[in-house]
Amino acid sequence: MGHMQSLSRRVFVFGSAALAGGIAFGAYGPAEAAAPANGNPLAANLPPGAVTFNPWVEISPEKITLIAQHADIGQGVGSVQTMMIAEEMDLDPGQFEVRFAGPSPAYFNTGFKEESAPFLAADLSPAAEAARAAALETLRKSGVQMTGGSSTVPDTYEKLRQAGAVARETLKAAAAKRSGVAVADIRTQSGHVILPDGSKIPYVALAADAAGIPPVLDAKPRDPSTWRLLGKPMMRLDVRAKVMGELKFGIDQKIDGMLFAAVKLNPAKGQPMKSYDASKAQSMPGVKKVLEIKNGVAVIATNSWYAMRAVDTIKCEWAPPVYPAEQADHWKVLQSSFKPEFLGKEWRTIGNVEAALKSGTRVEAEYRAPYVAHQPLEPLNGIGLVTDKGMEIWVGHQSPQAVQSIAANAIGLKPEQVTFHNQWTGGSFGHRLEFENVRVLAEIANQMRGTPIKLLFSREEDFLQDIPRQIAIARHRGSIAKGKIVAADLQLASTAPYKGLLERMGSPMKEADPQLAAGTWNVYYDIPNFRATSYEAKGLSPSTTWRSVGASTAGFFTESFIDELIHAAGLDPMKARIEMCNVPHYRKLLETLADMSNWKGPLGKGKGRGVAFVESFGTPTAEVVEVTKTNRGIRIDKVWAVADVGKVIDPVNFESQMQGGVVWGLGHAINCELTYAKGAAQQTNYNHHEAMRMYQCPVIEVRGLENDPKVRGVGEPPVPPAAPALANAIFAATGLRIREMPFNKFIDFV
Amino acid sequence: MIELTVNGSKQAVDVVPEMPLLWVLRDELGLTSTKYGCGVAQCGACTVHIDGKAVRSCQAHIGEVAGKSVVTLEGLANKEQHPVVQAWIEHQVPQCGYCQVGQIMQAISLLAKISRPTDEQIDQVMSGNLCRCGTYPRIRAAIHAAAARKMAEK
Repeated sequence: MGHMQSLSRRVFVFGSAALAGGIAFGAYGPAEAAAPANGNPLAANLPPGAVTFNPWVEISPEKITLIAQHADIGQGVGSVQTMMIAEEMDLDPGQFEVRFAGPSPAYFNTGFKEESAPFLAADLSPAAEAARAAALETLRKSGVQMTGGSSTVPDTYEKLRQAGAVARETLKAAAAKRSGVAVADIRTQSGHVILPDGSKIPYVALAADAAGIPPVLDAKPRDPSTWRLLGKPMMRLDVRAKVMGELKFGIDQKIDGMLFAAVKLNPAKGQPMKSYDASKAQSMPGVKKVLEIKNGVAVIATNSWYAMRAVDTIKCEWAPPVYPAEQADHWKVLQSSFKPEFLGKEWRTIGNVEAALKSGTRVEAEYRAPYVAHQPLEPLNGIGLVTDKGMEIWVGHQSPQAVQSIAANAIGLKPEQVTFHNQWTGGSFGHRLEFENVRVLAEIANQMRGTPIKLLFSREEDFLQDIPRQIAIARHRGSIAKGKIVAADLQLASTAPYKGLLERMGSPMKEADPQLAAGTWNVYYDIPNFRATSYEAKGLSPSTTWRSVGASTAGFFTESFIDELIHAAGLDPMKARIEMCNVPHYRKLLETLADMSNWKGPLGKGKGRGVAFVESFGTPTAEVVEVTKTNRGIRIDKVWAVADVGKVIDPVNFESQMQGGVVWGLGHAINCELTYAKGAAQQTNYNHHEAMRMYQCPVIEVRGLENDPKVRGVGEPPVPPAAPALANAIFAATGLRIREMPFNKFIDFV
Repeated sequence: MIELTVNGSKQAVDVVPEMPLLWVLRDELGLTSTKYGCGVAQCGACTVHIDGKAVRSCQAHIGEVAGKSVVTLEGLANKEQHPVVQAWIEHQVPQCGYCQVGQIMQAISLLAKISRPTDEQIDQVMSGNLCRCGTYPRIRAAIHAAAARKMAEK
């Protein structure tokens, strides 16, 4: 895991090593597409007569293929990435195929630079931008290709439009050479080069010519004011196939001669199996074989159900967990973690918090957020085939190079001996950044050499092996004087999700996990005395990235506590936030929300509204939730949500992501937790971990703003404000201040 | 051999009678639009029509389906022009899309019973179909649109 190693050590430590390197700034972005710094993997496997200009465009005499480097996990990036190229190439939907990229450092994620420097997202000072540029160079060297952190559009907005422009201008140059007409007199339209006499040459007919000339690297992307496709409502390229049931997800793939595998793994995550008794399974219908693997047992059968049914009958004795077996002890460990030796880190300090806390009226509160499972509807799966040459693997994953490394390490291959085919996935929410299915599949396929194996986790197994969202406790203090918030001292203890992920990839990190700062340090209110501190709880359950990661818990803590301070100061929650907000376009975002929701202070009896504002992954997002207290419990009536992403590439998908993020944030806040008993997760299907169903789903009105100077992502940022806006609304409606998720422990919901 | 009709054609499968219809469709007949999500009738991703009724195929043992007529999305008559399919495309309902075929099969069944459902009726019938991406607002809109389209076609 050399790639991951350099990432964790150098970039996610907030760039200090990178900064010391003395690196040329700003060399990537548009220039990256013109002259890819890390090569072009398409060149090695070009079909006959085909041409490629960069890692994202391939034109053969038969077809045009655009490469999606970021995995489509339902967030629509298979469409948005290729439409950015199509815009510049004058291609229409339907004129090109979309292919997921294989693993290559050419697809390193430039978008991660935004989160890699120790500066607030709103800080665009020369020092902050220089640190980001330095981080970019480190990212290039590491070559890590990863989907996550709402980074797809920030990563690709410049480089893919540039890639399309290079393709367009090179095709024009090829046509000019062939026809003897000046390039200036040639234009492109709808997949064709158009000559002055009106004759048209399809791009595919120019592939061989274009391969014979140097690419036009100084091509310029067009001004957004001239866009045909981008910025306007688009039909996502995958919608029709999904509605018609024709799209093949990973779970739907089939290879001739394949057999099916189901597994039972130690529910004490990561620990081995001591013994097992498969006497019943051996002779069940459809069963071909029972295999022992590192931390459990697998059944090979003639279909998935035979395999799952048989594996269910196997009795296993498990090694105990390395974390506390019972949930209550997890909370105890967190409670005792608020000490400097638990990697205590002050992420941001303004003024003199201790002194300010002694003046004015003190407010103190403790908040809690439990472990939560991911549980995308498509369970973990994959197809693997191991032969003497290596392994081929078909699996939907956000981290192609990690798939190679993990599979290779499991069975003694080199990463380059693993051929990875990414798949459309039925959701992820962070689940497909982990790789228990990949490791297990490699082991099984290696024992079944020569036979393709389709592994499927049952829903129960998927729950049991789900590495959950971090668990966290916040102890926040603040003080009020003369009707103003004069101090906020925000402290939290949490497990470390991002650091945990890197560790499991073989890249331990000594420093504090930056996701423990997310949602706590990046507060944009003028509070004269402010401090954000985190502590890392040790020895608990592994935890990992879950849609919006650190901010999914800390956003709830911070924005609920700020609301408590605002109420203690006798202020209006919306007006106070607007007045305190110290970034002009963030203030505009809050003003837009107030306007959209027609915020006018308290509503009538039994009704309440709450507001929350969180910046996560660089995208400021604010939401208002309106609730009614009914005799059957709280009903969530309506949500208004605004995000500023700099540029809305597809307004339809933008709205979908925002609505989906709100549903995700509310649903899990209301009724989800993952708890441990005897070392195993107690929730093993959706009836124990329901999140939001349609009857609880409010009307969700969405708006996208374009005031941010950078182009930002939208997959995760709508999640963090949802829970605190709901908690704040419940307080407004009932006077009950809920400080712990899930909320249904404290109040009923309709 | 167990015989049944799937999408209008006779099929015979050699499996144990307690195998759920879901797995016969997916692994034996290769009809993969019907999805496995939970296996315990909690998510609705496996919804198909048996003799015209929306059923969770993970709960229907193949032995009990013998002789009956099963319709999956693959077998919808005039699929491309179906008002529910059309509405789903026009409203761009899917995100990951994994639950959507089950949602569509459930919505078709709803509209066969109630031609112009209210939001409350939609919520009641559709709440057994889980969508982790949160497409519920678009599902509601698409069902209303499909209902209007069906009325217009009559």
